Amino acid sequence: MIRREEVEHIARLARLTFDEAELGRFQHDLSQIIDYVQTLAELDLTGLAPTAHAVEVKNVLRADEPRPCLSQKEATANGPLVEEGQFVVPRIG
Amino acid sequence: MTADVSRSAGQGRAVSAPPDSQGWEIVIGLEIHVQLSTRTKMFCGCPVTFGEPPNTQVCPICLGHPGTLPVTNERAVEYAMRIALALDCSITRETIFHRKNYFYPDLPKGYQISQFDLPLGVVGHLDAELEDGSGFSVGITRVHMEEDAGKLVHSGGATGRIQGADYSLADFNRGGTPLVEIVTEPDIRTPEQARAFLVELKSLIEHLDVSDVNMEEGSLRCDANVSIRRPGEALGVKTELKNMNSFRFLQRGLEAEIERQVAALEDGETIHQATVHFDPTTGRVSTLRSKEEAHDYRYFPEPDLVPIVLDEDRIERVRASLPELPAARRARVADAYGLSPYDAAVLCANRVLGDYFERVAALTGDGKLSANWVMGELSAYLNAGGLPVSESAVTPERLAGLLALLNDGTLSGKLAKEVFQIMVETGADAGAVVAERGMGQISDAGELEALVGAIVAANPGPAAEFRQGHDRVLGFFVGQVMKQTKGQANPKLTNELLRKHLAG
Amino acid sequence: MDALPLTANGCRDLLAAGEVSATELATLYLDRIESVDDAVGSFLLVDRKGALAQAAAVDAKPAGERLPWEGVPIALKDLLCVKGLETTCASRILKGYRPPYDATVVAKLRAAGLVFLGKLNMDEFAMGSSTENSGYHVTRNPWDLERVPGGSSGGSAACVAAAEAPWTLGSDTGGSIRQPAALCGVVGLKPTYGAVSRYGLIAFASSLDQIGPLTRDVRDSAALLSLIAGRDPMDSTSLGLPAPISLPDRTDLAGLRFGIIGEYLGESCEPGVREVFDHAVAAIHALGGVCEEVSLPSVEKGLAAYYIIAPAEASSNLARFDGARYGRRAADADDLLEMYNRTRSEGFGEEVKRRIMIGTYVLSAGYYDAYYGQAQRTRTLIIDDFRRAFENVDFLISPTSPTVAFKIGERTEDPLSMYLSDLCTIPVNLAGLPGISIPAGHSGGLPVGLQIIGPHFSEQGLLDASYALEQRLAVRTSPPPVEVTR
Repeated sequence: MIRREEVEHIARLARLTFDEAELGRFQHDLSQIIDYVQTLAELDLTGLAPTAHAVEVKNVLRADEPRPCLSQKEATANGPLVEEGQFVVPRIG
Repeated sequence: MTADVSRSAGQGRAVSAPPDSQGWEIVIGLEIHVQLSTRTKMFCGCPVTFGEPPNTQVCPICLGHPGTLPVTNERAVEYAMRIALALDCSITRETIFHRKNYFYPDLPKGYQISQFDLPLGVVGHLDAELEDGSGFSVGITRVHMEEDAGKLVHSGGATGRIQGADYSLADFNRGGTPLVEIVTEPDIRTPEQARAFLVELKSLIEHLDVSDVNMEEGSLRCDANVSIRRPGEALGVKTELKNMNSFRFLQRGLEAEIERQVAALEDGETIHQATVHFDPTTGRVSTLRSKEEAHDYRYFPEPDLVPIVLDEDRIERVRASLPELPAARRARVADAYGLSPYDAAVLCANRVLGDYFERVAALTGDGKLSANWVMGELSAYLNAGGLPVSESAVTPERLAGLLALLNDGTLSGKLAKEVFQIMVETGADAGAVVAERGMGQISDAGELEALVGAIVAANPGPAAEFRQGHDRVLGFFVGQVMKQTKGQANPKLTNELLRKHLAG
Repeated sequence: MDALPLTANGCRDLLAAGEVSATELATLYLDRIESVDDAVGSFLLVDRKGALAQAAAVDAKPAGERLPWEGVPIALKDLLCVKGLETTCASRILKGYRPPYDATVVAKLRAAGLVFLGKLNMDEFAMGSSTENSGYHVTRNPWDLERVPGGSSGGSAACVAAAEAPWTLGSDTGGSIRQPAALCGVVGLKPTYGAVSRYGLIAFASSLDQIGPLTRDVRDSAALLSLIAGRDPMDSTSLGLPAPISLPDRTDLAGLRFGIIGEYLGESCEPGVREVFDHAVAAIHALGGVCEEVSLPSVEKGLAAYYIIAPAEASSNLARFDGARYGRRAADADDLLEMYNRTRSEGFGEEVKRRIMIGTYVLSAGYYDAYYGQAQRTRTLIIDDFRRAFENVDFLISPTSPTVAFKIGERTEDPLSMYLSDLCTIPVNLAGLPGISIPAGHSGGLPVGLQIIGPHFSEQGLLDASYALEQRLAVRTSPPPVEVTR
């Protein structure tokens, strides 16, 4: 069972907040799922290389050549709050 | 975060603690970020530029729009390899990118594409020298590639600083610029060494022609980890000095932080892991305790990119393309032109200056004279205008032309300096200045002899003094000759003629 | 022209023969959407104006200058970016988001002259197997409106089944094309990882995601694959296909060996599904193919590996939704942390949050190797198992889903039971293989799909074999059996 504090810690890392009822539910669901995926830990996979991609591709590189940019208007068109062509975020401190 | 690698051979040279740290040994490691001077960003085709209006050098990729994917810039990999090889690192044969996950408004994807356990280069070293000529070696732990963050401007509040601001503005023009991060071993023992190391590193990267390495503009940034301990004891708790943006601030910041740590430990307090901010205006450091989860970056291999395999051929090609590095150049220049190690170091501190000097020296065939002029008049002129060598109004060819006139006696040293000033102002070559303004020396013995004779005759008193043995009166006569010739009399000839006439 | 052409090839023939204009064809589909979509709920956005403008542009071209598929309508899963058209991934957090660019597949279809009808419903960020996790509304299975269409490409599958579009695009991370195709009685193809560019596909799990077609028949599947496949310089992981895809016309399976994955015929497989599957095996024999049971012991570990890798990648892919640059932002946050927390907590649905939490947990300090590292090694094990199997057989077969479409609400309380819907499809993503689901019959009036899996880049062979089997099975796929009314 994953501890309540662990759930809270993970939520902080993920920038999510939960009320008490949700915390309880997530603690239950997470524990159940983690117990399930824990079955992998029983496998002896020593000597097996991890696979990042099933189809191996290597050395994909791009020539250092400029491509067109967005205009400032296009770049900020989706911004929830924009000032002088920049994205506004609330105070950080 | 450090790679699991053995420590470099260059590290750990014993350096005794400086006397002012009350028997504490100082342990410093540096993390340096270098912005690469590629045409485009690390993972997209946006140009790398400075000073453009906000959010105009961006595309959906570097703005972190959903669905976009990174593609690695080939030249950035090549530049990073140059740096790693110049630092004598081993190149990782199959290097991959990782995601470093954290939330911040200058980081559009919520993660930075960086490297983790398979960085481009590991285990290298760089040797540097203090001003007194004593050498030391610093191990390089790793050299890795990553992308830069965007820029935040803090608005409202009094200071423009993050604390007290009402809100912040994000501009992503810089976001995605290719960076190389260089991490040193904790081999540095004094703030002065830290500074000397950074100067050497800057010069090295500048010679590689892969970055502007300008600390004020942020294309070279330095963080320092510092701790103190009693010699022989285990490492102390370290603090991190962030974003030192000049050599001087790096040294002063370290001095202030070490002073703080020494005072704290002497008082029986403990040092906490923290980020330290150095305020150059007050010379003081302030600490910010790091939060517990701030460092859980949840690294994992970047699934949108594929491994880069660097075979022996590729590595050797890049190695072969490296230019002469500063240490080798300094030695060669000192030897070839008969200069002191100090002069050679000054001339080679900067690749373009070194090239300039060597061009002048080659044209004049006089290394010492060329060195004096490059370090003297030329540097004074450049410093006064805050100009880089590359923007000098006087080209190496023209400076060499001026020095030729000096060597053949057409110009005196004093006149040559005047001509140089006119060359700076007009951009003309030395010969044209001299011809146009009639500034050549009077070396015609007949012309000068008449003048000298007249001056001696007109000043019987001083002439008598000279004959009584007051040699310094000669200066008076030289002054008179120079006054009447507007400084154009050949000084050597003038001296000879005066002595002849005064003796008579 | 009264009846809807049901396939894209049918649309193409009518357009080529001049029996219908692009505008008439678009109007037919838009009217069909208007009449049935209140009941089915396939669409999140119907772009009537844009579709008619695209169609008018096609009609304005002289017939001789048109490209082969010009004027054929299509609808897109709402995780494909279309420049200027709202794209939400069925998430509240992307409400109002208009991408400043086209996904590569969208640009390809645009260049080919296809007409975009609109954006299709899905599980939020493709996380789910029933389309019940949409942040906007549920989509219903056209065969039984009380049942789910499967997911996450539930809108894409229901749309084709209900004849609201001749074909659609979906995406498949763990079965998200094949499972809803099976549950809605249509053809769904997940190409080899890398065959189709992911640029502009809003990522769920980057190392598993692939875009693919949902169509009424196998020939349409081949045609749409050939329109979207190809190496893309914008996607480092893309390779394209080794050769152009041609329309399948094979009528037998002589000389082909099919391996039946034994692990998928256990007790989790419904008897009705098993019956249809056995019938399909008999059809393969009848066409001259050979079937033998094979064992892939590692596939049973696939689900666990998947529920580490996919949430881990997703937790990172979804970090960009922070309210700063696009999409929804929580109102009146006092400071940055509050803005992040509230934007994300209010904007993401329950299942998305659950997976972000799992992913964050398995990547967090100290757990990386035990979970993510072990899951990646399990992936290697699965790939090796498939490779060994393909030494003896040409294709592997299984039921696409162990059950037929389930009732809406039936599995929402138990995340793990929902995850089990993808038992048969997930290992295919982990191994990066191509897999197709074709209609194989019905159980209790509901469609059952047959999954055929091939080696990497065997799409042509997979489509050829599927076509032969499709002709033999002659499963009724049209018109939608449920008469949908407003």
